[in-house]
Amino acid sequence: MLLASLLDLSRLQFALTAMFHWLFVPLTIGLGFIIAIMETYYVRTDNKFWKRTAKFWMKIFAINFAIGVATGIILEFQFGTNWSNYSWFVGDIFGAPLAIEGIFAFFLESTFFAIMFFGWNKVSKKAHLLSTWLVAFGTILSALWILIANAWMQYPIGMEFNPDTARNEMIDFWAIVTSPIALNKFIHTVTNCFVIASVVVIGISSWYLLRKREDEFARRSIRIASVFGLISLIIVIWSGDGSAYHVAKKQPMKLAAMEGMYRSQVGTPIVAFGILNPNKNISQLETDSLAYALEEPYLINISIPQGLSLLVDRKLNTFVPGIEDIIEGGYTYIDGDGNEQVAMPVRERMKKGKIALESLAMYKKAKEAGDEEGKEMALSLLKENYPHFGYGFIEKPTDIVPNVPITFYSFHIMVILGGFFILLFGLTIYLDRKELLTRFKWFHILAIVSIPLVYICTQAGWVVSEVGRQPWTIQDILTSNASLSGVSSSTVLTTVIMFFVLFSILLAAELTILFKVIKKGPGA
Amino acid sequence: MKDSLVKRIWLFYYEGFKSMTLGKTLWIIILIKLFIMFLILKPFFFKNELRSFSTTDEKAEHVINNLIEEN
Repeated sequence: MLLASLLDLSRLQFALTAMFHWLFVPLTIGLGFIIAIMETYYVRTDNKFWKRTAKFWMKIFAINFAIGVATGIILEFQFGTNWSNYSWFVGDIFGAPLAIEGIFAFFLESTFFAIMFFGWNKVSKKAHLLSTWLVAFGTILSALWILIANAWMQYPIGMEFNPDTARNEMIDFWAIVTSPIALNKFIHTVTNCFVIASVVVIGISSWYLLRKREDEFARRSIRIASVFGLISLIIVIWSGDGSAYHVAKKQPMKLAAMEGMYRSQVGTPIVAFGILNPNKNISQLETDSLAYALEEPYLINISIPQGLSLLVDRKLNTFVPGIEDIIEGGYTYIDGDGNEQVAMPVRERMKKGKIALESLAMYKKAKEAGDEEGKEMALSLLKENYPHFGYGFIEKPTDIVPNVPITFYSFHIMVILGGFFILLFGLTIYLDRKELLTRFKWFHILAIVSIPLVYICTQAGWVVSEVGRQPWTIQDILTSNASLSGVSSSTVLTTVIMFFVLFSILLAAELTILFKVIKKGPGA
Repeated sequence: MKDSLVKRIWLFYYEGFKSMTLGKTLWIIILIKLFIMFLILKPFFFKNELRSFSTTDEKAEHVINNLIEEN
């Protein structure tokens, strides 16, 4: 019970920090590019209007950057304190990308940051523009390395476990860097940041139109943001499709939870809109299987026939496994190398996981006794069963199921809001072309309301990614439970409360300064 | 006579910081935040568990024991 509470508190603390950090990062990344586009217009046309416009958005960028900067470091504190088993176990695989991020991206970003803000009239226009673009690219370079590290946790490759050090050692840097999950995640996340910044620019500009102020500034800012946003959103959707494809191959349980799908069929449908039955509880599968079987998975389910099969395999009749199918195994699937495989039941994987853990214990004992033969035998068993290592920590098969309602609703909220933003960008471009941007109050209000919606959308995306992969911190290799340190629950609870207060104050400070600057307007 | 590169860089930053308006408020927020993070949170609430072990072998043994016991 104490462990469960420590685990939940540590998760809560990590989620709170990560979600707070992610309020700032996407706007910094996206706005950097929008500012760079505006400044490019200034350099090409020599029209002072664009300089004034770029400088205003730079102020918004600076406020956001200042409040958000270094909040990610708190996550690193947590790795060492709450998740020390994990941070040791991942070894240099997690450390190397983060170190590269620190060395290259941060210095690139911070060096040219000074020129971007202090360099107006001190360096040439072109040098200033170059700095602005480099700051923008610096921000995505930071994101790249973080996302590579995250992708490795979702699809661990390019490493070998060393039983002497209990660390996963990197044996193929390029396999990690060019992992399909990493590349897809990078494109999806960065273009998502572009969408967020575009919606923020449209929303703030619409506030000026609503107040009948800064007409030209607002219309031109909206024009750039709507086109940039729509192009980015198309890439977000394309990479989202790629993401679903990879999740189906590497994390099928996450996909099943995203769809709230317990039992599947050949030609698997996709839920377009659904409400889950709150009484359908997977833990009952083992304790009260009859009650479990009697509950339908959905209260409302509007689905597209064969949609999920088409999405994840580009074929109409593919079998996409549901939660129970994955637990029971026995279905056939095509693995990453294109070979047909029969899915192993979770109980079988649990046995192999226990063997892997016992082999590690045997290896340790043999090493202490100086028994070389025993070491070799244990190592061979460990290597053979290492792909199932994390299953050794699983107590019952249903423990590998993430929180279905959170994953399901987050996924569908993200998708529905994504659809809404296509309409928003499309409508904005249409109104701009017809020179109707200033006319409709409802549009201005809609654009302003879209700002919180775009943040809900992006946070929901991360919830799908991170809650959906539970119970794993490293897919199939390490569970969240086994990642924990021996820190006390009360300490974690104290810091959760402290973070909540600190983050609330910082957010209030950001919004206060932001509203003040917006109120003054670009002319100030 | 033209100033040295070091002096020009120094002046660039000095004048930049001096002319800040909104930036001053933002820097104050950043410094308060860093103070809380590194001088309160890190030393009092976020001690690195493995730092209590002096050698890599000890750290490895501690983690291996944790993993084996977790089973």
